[in-house]
Amino acid sequence: MTPALIEVRNVRKAFGGVVANRDVSLDVERGRITGLIGPNGSGKTTLFSSIVGQHPIDSGSIRFEGREISRLDVQRIARLGLLRTFQQTRIFSKMDCVQNLLVSLPHRETAWSHMFRRYPPEVIEKAERLLEFVGLYAKRRLVAGSLSFGQQKLLEFAMALMNEPKVLLLDEPTAGINPTLVNALIERLKRSNREFGITLFVIEHNMRVIMNLASRIYCMSRGELLASGSPAEIRDDRRVIDAYLGAQ
Amino acid sequence: MWDSLQILAAAPIFNVQLWLNGLSVGAVFALVAYGLALVWGVTGVKNLAQGDLVMLGGYLGLEAARHGVHPIVAIVPVAALMFLLGWALYVLMIRRVIQLDLFTSLLATFGLAITLQQALNLAFGPDVRTLKSGFGRLELFDGTIDITWIRVIAFGLCIVVAGAMVLFLRKSRLGQAIRATAQDPRAARVLGVDTDLVYALTFAINAAVCGAAGVIVGMIWVLQPFYGIAYSVRAFVIVTAAGLGNLPAVILAALGLGVAEQYSGFVLGAQFQQATVVGLLLVILVWRQALLRRQRLALQ
Amino acid sequence: MSRRSALLHLALAAAGIAAPFVFPAHTVQFAVFWVFVLFALTWDIMGGHMGYNSLGNILFFGLGMYICALVQIGLVYDIAEYTAANGAVHIDFTDAQYFHGLALGVAAAALGPVLVAAALSWIVFGLRGPYFAIGTLGVAIAAAELTNAWDYVGGGQGIAMPVFPGGPGMRERFFYAACMAAAVACYLFLRWLYGTRFRLAINAIRDDEDKAEALGLHTGRYKMVAWSISAFFLGIAGALFGNMTGFIEPLETAYPTLTFGIFMVAMTLLGGKGMLWGPVVGAAVFYTLRELTWTYLLGWQYIALGVLIIVNVVYFQQGILGWLRARRPQWFA
Repeated sequence: MTPALIEVRNVRKAFGGVVANRDVSLDVERGRITGLIGPNGSGKTTLFSSIVGQHPIDSGSIRFEGREISRLDVQRIARLGLLRTFQQTRIFSKMDCVQNLLVSLPHRETAWSHMFRRYPPEVIEKAERLLEFVGLYAKRRLVAGSLSFGQQKLLEFAMALMNEPKVLLLDEPTAGINPTLVNALIERLKRSNREFGITLFVIEHNMRVIMNLASRIYCMSRGELLASGSPAEIRDDRRVIDAYLGAQ
Repeated sequence: MWDSLQILAAAPIFNVQLWLNGLSVGAVFALVAYGLALVWGVTGVKNLAQGDLVMLGGYLGLEAARHGVHPIVAIVPVAALMFLLGWALYVLMIRRVIQLDLFTSLLATFGLAITLQQALNLAFGPDVRTLKSGFGRLELFDGTIDITWIRVIAFGLCIVVAGAMVLFLRKSRLGQAIRATAQDPRAARVLGVDTDLVYALTFAINAAVCGAAGVIVGMIWVLQPFYGIAYSVRAFVIVTAAGLGNLPAVILAALGLGVAEQYSGFVLGAQFQQATVVGLLLVILVWRQALLRRQRLALQ
Repeated sequence: MSRRSALLHLALAAAGIAAPFVFPAHTVQFAVFWVFVLFALTWDIMGGHMGYNSLGNILFFGLGMYICALVQIGLVYDIAEYTAANGAVHIDFTDAQYFHGLALGVAAAALGPVLVAAALSWIVFGLRGPYFAIGTLGVAIAAAELTNAWDYVGGGQGIAMPVFPGGPGMRERFFYAACMAAAVACYLFLRWLYGTRFRLAINAIRDDEDKAEALGLHTGRYKMVAWSISAFFLGIAGALFGNMTGFIEPLETAYPTLTFGIFMVAMTLLGGKGMLWGPVVGAAVFYTLRELTWTYLLGWQYIALGVLIIVNVVYFQQGILGWLRARRPQWFA
């Protein structure tokens, strides 16, 4: 059996006295869509931040393609092809949509002269194609800060695709999106997985969405991993139901 | 430099002299720095004109002395006048700065600093001035140490002013509103605190404290239109080292800086005094940054 | 480049070349104008485009000035002896010696600050927002104070610069041409630079640095290069300004943190930050205002300056070009 793309082993992360992640271990399989669920405050976003290197972890190990990355910083990890989107969408608000995508081009080249190149036409074309893919082509010359929250979310997704990551960590992609658009978004997520071959690791609160999307789901509660399995297994797991009911 | 160190080793009593001078200056620094930290913490405005408010207070004291008011008595009317001036400054410029980005406040107050310096220069000329308090000298250890009485009194005055401010913040309703706003302005607004009033009050109180500090500076040290920036820089050094809203740390850092400056002035020579202060600022910034970098954070 | 824009550039260049011939008595003032343009253009790289507001860029100006002076003098004379004599020593440079020294000095004055900027970037770029502004201000003040206390380079007494060979009026015209050339070169360079990926990258750092990092952008590299470019042109400006003034000293000429150091920021904000022409327009307007106040409001000129800064940042943040762009967006298409 080939090793998983991301292997998280016994990760612990505390902020002051609050333990956000305790002994968390999980695998994200290459080419699949993996889900991460759990009540508010169960440590999902903290785990994401740990994986992409936003903060150092206290102990444990995080491997990406077999390589230990828990000591690398954010930029280095991003250049390896491991990217995240943010729950509070983050885009470059004073630039237009095309510029947002252009600046998201992968930054894997190491030559300094690369900084002073111009953007070739095919890159601009690619940016426009991706904007079309997420349905923002008509708004491509608008300043990103003027878009609605849902549109900014789509833009952030397009920026992530432009970066050509191997794996994309999505933090609540459907939160704040108009419910009528959710199905279209799910379709796009699936297509990015199928057509662009991007492995997805998704935090999601909407059960219907995650059951529809993921082939394997992990459930966290109070900083610990509670259960894992196929959507059907998770749906019937007593502990998962208790965690959600207990928390609400 | 070695000579000075040898003097300190041979006659340890000189250390006491340096400490006494340092503590009396440091007490003034503490007042100015606490005012800076208060405004910074509550309104987010980094006031680069802090030292120039101090100088302005000193010159107002000088003006009062010209009319026969003793400087120590003058502290009260000067602080009151500075309070009004601080309020006016808030209404005219600071109010608008609060809503803009952080650098704007730095630059706007820098513009204020230039304006105040030059206005003082036009009004009083560039000469160094002092406020005569008329107290004698205090000799200790058979005259090996001597310190002016006014320095001792000034130290006490600083404690009185700082104590009054702390009491006001802790006990009064307005003081509580100020502290609530510092923690979370939105929550404070929701709970019915008039944050605009709180901001104005905070800036005015800071101006008053600076004014009082200015009169004290005039009595124990000197006044000069362009010396304000030195106090601003020191206040920033202290607040950067001590953090916001931590009064004991501010006092400790201020006294420490006062003493450290005396030592550097004595050992390295007076021409390095300013460089020492700035050097300390840089060291503190680098050190705090290094701590944060281990958490992959930046100092902001 | 459109026809209209090309004509505009040509007209401005012609005016720049003609100025010292039409008003020969004001040649040095005009040269100072070009130095101001350099100040604003270089400040805007970081302050306007990258969102890093430095209050200490004057550091590179002073470094360039001193490095150039030391190279010019050190090539033919013992520096310590020269500075110790406090201007009593007069060196007779031959023409060749003088211009060789000047060329080498300017080259060193361009490269030295770049190295310093690169080295300092490891320290200051962990600071953001107001801490960056205060930290850079601290670096500049420290440089001024240390130079002031360092006798080898003349300390507070300063250094008398080598005397320019050639007849009356030549010196002014020569340095005018050099300052204008430097400013135009800087403008053309930035015009090119802002057409490359570099601009989007530093704009991204301005808008959201954490997001830029999360996308894998080499943020440290961009910041270092941006600061080094500022340092390069400011070093040259310092070298030329020092030679033009004829006498340099640390606090008022080389590291005037509170005058030139703040002018840079004020000019850029006045013209409109983050736009290529903003700093140029800002420098022109500021320079004109400054000349007017210095002439008609002498004694009050710094008060006018302080009020200008306050009004500018508190009530007129967007600057002249930013205001125009909001009014007439079609002019900026």
